[in-house]
Amino acid sequence: MSVSVAFEKAKAEQRAALVGYLPAGFPSVDGGIAAIRAMVGAGVDVVEVGLPYSDPVMDGPVIQRATERALAAGLRTADVLRTVEAVADAGASVLVMTYWAPVERYGVDRFARDLAAAGGAGLITPDLIPEEAAEWLAAADAYGLDRVFLVAPSSTDERLALTTRHCRGFVYAAALMGVTGVRDQVSDAAPELVGRVRAAAPALPVGVGLGVRDGVQAAAVGRYADAVIVGSALVDRLLSAPDAASGVASLRQLSEELAAGVRAARP
Amino acid sequence: MSTALGLAEAEGRFGRYGGRFVPEALIAALEEVETAYRAAQADTDFQVEFAAMLRDYAGCPSRLYEATRLSAELGGRVLLKREDLNHTGAHKLRNVLGQGLLAKRMGKPRLIAETGAGQHGVATATVAAYLNLSCTVYMGEVDTERQALNVARMRMLGATVVPVRTGSRTLKDAINEAMRDWVTNVADTHYLLGTVAGPHPFPTMVRDFVRGIGVEAREQCVALTGDLPDAVTACVGGGSNAIGAFHAFLDDAEVRLYGFEAGGDGVETGRHAAAIGAGGAGVLHGARSYVMQDEDGQTVESHSISAGLDYPSVGPEHAWLHDTGRAIYQSVTDTEAMDAFALLCRTEGIIPAIESAHALAGTRRIIPELAAELGRPPVVIVTLSGRGDKDMATAARWFQLLDGES
Repeated sequence: MSVSVAFEKAKAEQRAALVGYLPAGFPSVDGGIAAIRAMVGAGVDVVEVGLPYSDPVMDGPVIQRATERALAAGLRTADVLRTVEAVADAGASVLVMTYWAPVERYGVDRFARDLAAAGGAGLITPDLIPEEAAEWLAAADAYGLDRVFLVAPSSTDERLALTTRHCRGFVYAAALMGVTGVRDQVSDAAPELVGRVRAAAPALPVGVGLGVRDGVQAAAVGRYADAVIVGSALVDRLLSAPDAASGVASLRQLSEELAAGVRAARP
Repeated sequence: MSTALGLAEAEGRFGRYGGRFVPEALIAALEEVETAYRAAQADTDFQVEFAAMLRDYAGCPSRLYEATRLSAELGGRVLLKREDLNHTGAHKLRNVLGQGLLAKRMGKPRLIAETGAGQHGVATATVAAYLNLSCTVYMGEVDTERQALNVARMRMLGATVVPVRTGSRTLKDAINEAMRDWVTNVADTHYLLGTVAGPHPFPTMVRDFVRGIGVEAREQCVALTGDLPDAVTACVGGGSNAIGAFHAFLDDAEVRLYGFEAGGDGVETGRHAAAIGAGGAGVLHGARSYVMQDEDGQTVESHSISAGLDYPSVGPEHAWLHDTGRAIYQSVTDTEAMDAFALLCRTEGIIPAIESAHALAGTRRIIPELAAELGRPPVVIVTLSGRGDKDMATAARWFQLLDGES
C-alpha cells in the first residue's frame, strides 16, 4: 500500500504526516517489531524500517550503534522482510530504508517482489540516485512500489527536477549537509529546500529529515513540510534504556510527543 | 588509451563497473571535482605545474632498476620500477600532488583522506604541508597500531589523525568515516581519495595522476632492453599502483598484465583480501566493482598481513580488466609475500613494502610459466610501489628478529 494513503489522511487533517525510523532487528527481531508497533500506536503515520548494513555512510553514531548490534546478533535480510510484514499487518504504511548493496545482492526484482508480498510500500535509498536506479525503477513499476529518493541543500535545480521526477510516495529532503543524528536546531536550509522542491514538483509531498528530536522541532518542521521524519531520537530511546520494556515505553512517549507536535503545527 | 576504455569512461564507467552510489548531498561535490579535473587536464599551466612538482619535489621519473641477483634467483630478467624512491617512499605521492593542486584550484583549504598502511596518509599530510592546506586523516584503529610510525609521521607533518573505531577498524571503515566527514563539510573540504576506487570521477582521475608509472616504465624498458617487457606485475589492494603501471601498456597486446591480490592465510580459509579472486560484483564505497560480501550483501571483513592491501573491494577498472581478460589477477598468501620480502632484502639490499612483496611473490610464480611458454627468460617489470620502513615492526615479528624472541 503506497504511503500516499497516509499522506492524504494527514492532509485531510490539515497537518504534516509523521514518519518514524527504526532499524529492523534491534534490540531483537521480535523486540523491534514490538517497538515499531508501539510507535505506530502512538501516532506515527509512516514507518521506515531500516535494513542494517555494514557500511552505512549516511548514518551517525546512534543509528550505526543500533544497526551494528542487529548485525552482530545475526540479522538477515529475510528478518527485515518479516518485520515489514508484521508491521504492515498492524495497519501501518511501511517503507524500507536501505543502502543499495543488500538489495542488489538479494536481487532487485526479487527484493521488490518479496517486499510487495510482505505489504511494504516501497524503498528509501540513501545511496542510490536516479541515474543509477534503472533496475529499481523498473522493479518498482512492476510491483507498484513507492520509490523515495533524497535531495539535499546542495542539489541543483536541475537535479531537484530530475530526482523528483523519479520519486513516488514522497521526496526525502535531507535538511542539512551531514549524517543522521539529533541536533539542537533544525537547519535553516530546510525551509528553503522545501520551497525549491515544491517549485520543481508541486504535486509531490516533501518530507524533511535529519535533526528532529522533539515535539517542538516536529511542530516547527510540520508548519512547512508535508512530513516530519524522525530517526536517531527514536533509536536513542531504545539504545539508552536499561531494558527492553522501558525502552519501548520511552519510545512510545516520544512518539506521542512528536505526534502532538505535528498536530500543533497548524492550529 | 584504448578506444573501448575511452568510451566507457565518458560515463564514469568501466563496462558495468564504476558509477556513483553515494548520497545525493555529495553529487554536487563530485560534479565540481569532475569539472575542475577536466579543466585542469586541458590546462597547460596545470600540467606544467604538476610535471614540475613530480620532477623537482617527488623525484620522478623513478628509476627502472635491473635487479640482477634477483633475476638470477628467479630465472627471468626482473626490472624493478622504483616507486619506493619517490619522496615519502611510495607511488602515492603522484596522486596526492595532482589532487592537492586540484583542491587549490577549487579553493578548498581542507583535505581529508583515509589510509590503511599509512602511506597515503603520509603522502596527503605531506602535500597539505607543501601546499599550505589543513589535513585530517582517518585511519582504522587496528591500522594505527600496526603502522604507528606512519601515524607519528603524519602528526609530525601537521595532520590530525583520527583513529576509526567502527566496524572492522581497518581501511574500509576509515573510508566510511571520511565519506561522512565529506558529506558534512563538503563546502570547504576536498576528499583526497587514495586509490582508484570510490565514485566517479575518482577511479579515472586517480588513475590519470598515477599513470606516469607505466608511461615512464615503458620508455625506460625500451631504452634499456630495446623492446617492451613480456609482463608487467603489481600488487592490488584498491589498485592504484597497478592501474598506474598497467595503463600505458593496455594497447600492447603482447605485454601481459598481472595483478596480485592479498591471499592472506589462503583464499580457501576465508581470511584474505582477494576481492577479484573470491568476491563478486557488488556496490561498496560509491562504485560497483568486485566486493567481498556475504549472501545478504554485507561486506565481509578482509585480512592481509599488509594493511595497505587489507580492503574488501578493488577499483572498478580492475574489475573490468579482469572480466575482459586483459589483465590476470591471482592471489598471494601472507607467507609467499614474506618469503619474497626476505628474498629481495637479501639479493638486492632493498627492503620493500609488504604490499610490493606480494607483487614480487607473484612474479616469482609466473616467471617459470612465462619462460616455458616463451622459450627464453622473460623480461618482467615489477612495480615496487613502496619501501618497507613502515613495515619493519611486522617483518621483525614475522621473522622473529627482535631480541627476546625465539
